[in-house]
Amino acid sequence: MIDNNDRAIINHLQGGFPLCERPYQVVAEHLGLTETEVLQRLQNLLDKKILSRFGPMYHAEKLGGGLTLAALKVPPARFDQVMAMVNAFPEVAHNYQREHELNMWFVLATETPQRILAVIAEIEQQTGLKVYNLPKEREYFIGLKWEV
Amino acid sequence: MYQPDAIDWQIIEYIQEGLPLVHRPYAPLATQLGLSETHLTSRIANLHHTGIIKRFGIVIHHRRLGYQANGMVVWDVPDEQLIDTAQHFTQFVHVTLCYQRSRHLPQWPYNLFTMIHGLNRQHVIAHVAALNEACGSFPHEILFSQQCFKQCGAHYVNPIKTEVKPCDRQ
Repeated sequence: MIDNNDRAIINHLQGGFPLCERPYQVVAEHLGLTETEVLQRLQNLLDKKILSRFGPMYHAEKLGGGLTLAALKVPPARFDQVMAMVNAFPEVAHNYQREHELNMWFVLATETPQRILAVIAEIEQQTGLKVYNLPKEREYFIGLKWEV
Repeated sequence: MYQPDAIDWQIIEYIQEGLPLVHRPYAPLATQLGLSETHLTSRIANLHHTGIIKRFGIVIHHRRLGYQANGMVVWDVPDEQLIDTAQHFTQFVHVTLCYQRSRHLPQWPYNLFTMIHGLNRQHVIAHVAALNEACGSFPHEILFSQQCFKQCGAHYVNPIKTEVKPCDRQ
């Protein structure tokens, strides 16, 4: 599915990306590839959805927004109905079903921190279920990169 | 705390969907903003330095690379051991995220969340056992994901403009 040059690009770019006029050229030189080849391979990795994005990860709170992880205990018979209700909120960025009594886990991203509690109250009101609000208190940065 | 100005916000909006895959990826935005590419990249470096950009690079879809199992592992770590334990966790290659979150007692005693990827569930279970052994044995649970229903990421909108864009990529 991917070859050694793809792996080298992925492993290299996890360590960061050069900020200069021709960053792909710098990456290419480092890996012994041509700039065009790096661009084509990145496009291919994005097209195959092996990479979901190539760009910045922002710190939501520093941009004035609100961000939290929330969970619900959804009765299995109501799962599809509640999932549709929750996903209808534009503030829901991710939603995963997980194997636990707390079986629905979603990320809320809002334009202001105050909006988080308002969205949670709306979800509780619509679903009749208690939302567990689990905001991040601290992020620990990963020391090692993921080698593929 | 650094407050992004109007130019920063245009940069934040422009690059959030990803950097263009062209030889000079900063040139179109630099032209649009009337800046040199060097000035633009120094602005991006500043956004990185101030922590507004946490990371600049690639986001891997682990599942597409054959890592079929993803477990959110939640740990109940005594408060006084929390920082050391979390920093220890981040040194393990299978840990891809590590967050401290508030407990909801008595129903939810867990205060440390890690994401662990593996080729299959048995691998995740083995990684978690090794982690637990190495870092000091704490009560924990693995919450395997069954299905992902929505993944559109957060979308940031320039507050200096009035337009509001909902997240519509589903």
